[in-house]
Amino acid sequence: MSYCRQEGKDKIIFVTKEDHETPSSAELVADDPDDPYEEQGLILPNGDINWNCPCLGGMASGPCGEQFKSAFSCFHYSTEEIKGSDCVDQFRAMQECMQKYPDLYPQEDENEEKEKSSKDLEDTPVEASFAKEEKGSS
Amino acid sequence: MGVESSRRRRPGPEADERLPGGGCVTGRRRRSGRNMAAAAPPQRRRRRRAGAREGVGGRGQWGAGRPRVRRGGGGGRSGSGRGEAGGAMLCCRLAALGARRRLRPLGPAAVLQCHHLRYPSRSLMSSGVPGKAGSNLLFYLIVGGTVTGAGAYVYKTLRENKERFTSRVTTITARSQENASSPSGGKLSNMLPAAPEAHPEVPSHVPFLLIGGGTAAFAAARSIRARDPGARVLIVSEDPALPYMRPPLSKELWFSDDPNVTETLRFKQWNGKERSIYFQPPSFYVPARDLPFVENGGVAVLCGKKVVHMDVRGNMVKLSDGTQISYDKCLIATGGSPRNLPAIERAGKDVQQRLTLFRKVEDFKSLEKISRQVKSITVIGGGFLGSELACALGRRARTRGLEVIQLFPENGNMGKVLPEYLSNWTTEKVRREGVNVMPNAVVKSVSVSGNRLMIKLKDGRKVETDHIVAAVGLEPNVELAKSAGLEVDSDFGGFRVNAELQARSNIWVAGDAACFYDIKLGRRRVEHHDHAVVSGRLAGENMTGAAKPYWHQSMFWSDLGPDVGYEAIGLVDSTLPTVGVFAKATAKDTPKSATEQSGTGIRSESETEAEASEVPTSPSASPMPHVPKQGEDYGKGVVFYLRDKVVVGIVLWNIFNRMPIARKIIKDGEEHADLNEVAKLFNIHED
Repeated sequence: MSYCRQEGKDKIIFVTKEDHETPSSAELVADDPDDPYEEQGLILPNGDINWNCPCLGGMASGPCGEQFKSAFSCFHYSTEEIKGSDCVDQFRAMQECMQKYPDLYPQEDENEEKEKSSKDLEDTPVEASFAKEEKGSS
Repeated sequence: MGVESSRRRRPGPEADERLPGGGCVTGRRRRSGRNMAAAAPPQRRRRRRAGAREGVGGRGQWGAGRPRVRRGGGGGRSGSGRGEAGGAMLCCRLAALGARRRLRPLGPAAVLQCHHLRYPSRSLMSSGVPGKAGSNLLFYLIVGGTVTGAGAYVYKTLRENKERFTSRVTTITARSQENASSPSGGKLSNMLPAAPEAHPEVPSHVPFLLIGGGTAAFAAARSIRARDPGARVLIVSEDPALPYMRPPLSKELWFSDDPNVTETLRFKQWNGKERSIYFQPPSFYVPARDLPFVENGGVAVLCGKKVVHMDVRGNMVKLSDGTQISYDKCLIATGGSPRNLPAIERAGKDVQQRLTLFRKVEDFKSLEKISRQVKSITVIGGGFLGSELACALGRRARTRGLEVIQLFPENGNMGKVLPEYLSNWTTEKVRREGVNVMPNAVVKSVSVSGNRLMIKLKDGRKVETDHIVAAVGLEPNVELAKSAGLEVDSDFGGFRVNAELQARSNIWVAGDAACFYDIKLGRRRVEHHDHAVVSGRLAGENMTGAAKPYWHQSMFWSDLGPDVGYEAIGLVDSTLPTVGVFAKATAKDTPKSATEQSGTGIRSESETEAEASEVPTSPSASPMPHVPKQGEDYGKGVVFYLRDKVVVGIVLWNIFNRMPIARKIIKDGEEHADLNEVAKLFNIHED
């Protein structure tokens, strides 16, 4: 059972697990998904890519940022059956750029990065296979 | 008791004054309580005043019809010294001077009843002065003597003060001249390896200029580059190092097993993943001279250069070496400089040599070296930095026999942040880390004796030590405000900016130096890492046209050893009323286990990018769960800080990965009737 203590202006409550088993009656204000002030995830409400998403790390802002952005935008808007298969050129350009900066884009992590980023965009398994294709073409 | 109540009924001396004649007496007399009977006859009715001059009581000299200088104490009235304010005296004096002229012709009766006709005097002589002229002369002599004495004393004090001031000023200027003249030591040549020359050519114009090379500036640079394709960003930093993150300097780097950690500056996160404190390796940056020409733009850093003048009308800044750079948009992210204690500033050079003001990478390097050489280190300051450093050094204390002492004026560690019961609990934990914590300690003076430092505290205690680390706060760097004509906030310090972090149309401020308007919590200035990232990112967005206000609440965290770790958000001020909801702790609730379970080793990874995480110490015996009793174990829980019944701050005590719900509660800004219900949202019993 819980008990409560007051130390001056500070109140202290000790609760057991049972006390907290009943669902909370606290009400939270519903979130507006289109709130322009809120920090957005990777995909903005209008469908664009949020290049400023912390999840991308420095990929969009580094020396190869432009190549990365063009490759990813192409991939994101691609409507091909194998998504992104029309973006091979952009990905190749990105890879070439990344090879110029090995300590920024470590080679062994590079493909993991691409896999991870592509998984962020979509959840379908197609991307995994596409990424593996990419690895093969490099 | 009757006396007391009648006393309270009296409104005050002035009110009594206003009553004519007989009214002046009443309440005062009763205050003394003892002489009510004696004071009954009209002749004896007089007001008791501060000091002892009531002597008239039984002597009946009043009846002479002349105002007498009543001197001396005692008499019927006991000068119990409880007297009223001196205001009574003054009013009496003024009234006396006025009334005397008026009332003299009226005769003795009136004189009798108005005691304030009695000539006010400061004399200590006994009563019975012969003649009026003689008494006047005496009076003048005494007053004159006192005034002269007081004047002489004041003059002497002022002169002493002036001498002390000038001597201090000369020592300080002498010291600063020494510092300036001593070579700052080829730091420029130790700059980033990418810059081949000591003085890289600087572009004369950049679209985006960021003053300051810390966390906020880097976050802004990244944000600008992400949103504006091909943007050219120039960072001008006084620090000779490239942008790096500060939290590991007082936490992870100290726990590293690498003997070369001061060179590599790499730390291992708990999941084994290593990273450097630098945000990006040097190859990320473009050389400054190539910045206007490189195809897709980039970020360039000018290290070891300080912006000394800012021309807002001309959109131009001037560096310390005279170079001028013009800009389109500018961010000021100058951060702050560590504060020093006045007692230490006054002390001599010998003390300054044994002092570290901890903020930068070189401070970490030098302190790390010193910690291996000396026997005793004292940390002054009980806030985040002081406590973390004390714990980090305390760990070394155990392995290397180093004595670590921590002094601060509050009652417990984090006394200004955590409520008292948690602060006390934290202090105990810090003590268990091997630190000799001395709370309620105010430094009075520091001197060198032998080869050691002697710290004298105001309460008389003395602490002998070899080295001092001062962590007593941060002074925001606002020197540019003068030349730029920017407003500096008087309450919080720092540049005053609006909710969108803008100071003027092309100037934004972010990080420790920004005093901004938080829509939810009001105007504030925050000195935490995540705030620097969030505000830097926001400033970068606004510099590229976003016009977003400060909305996403930043968080902060601290770890003090393996048992105490917390994350917090919002206004976490111990002067606010708090409600804490705690559960019993089990062995699983420590920072170490949190990172093991989440498998990331990175606290707040969802908040910002990969950040420094806590690296707990080697697993020592975790506290076994036990029923909370007298000295409760605040194992884990959540503490709400309230302002006008709205939750404005939350501390997640030893529970992790729940920051989004805390952020939501603060964003809502609702009044919750039962905070226990709100606490349920955090599932504090689960991992």
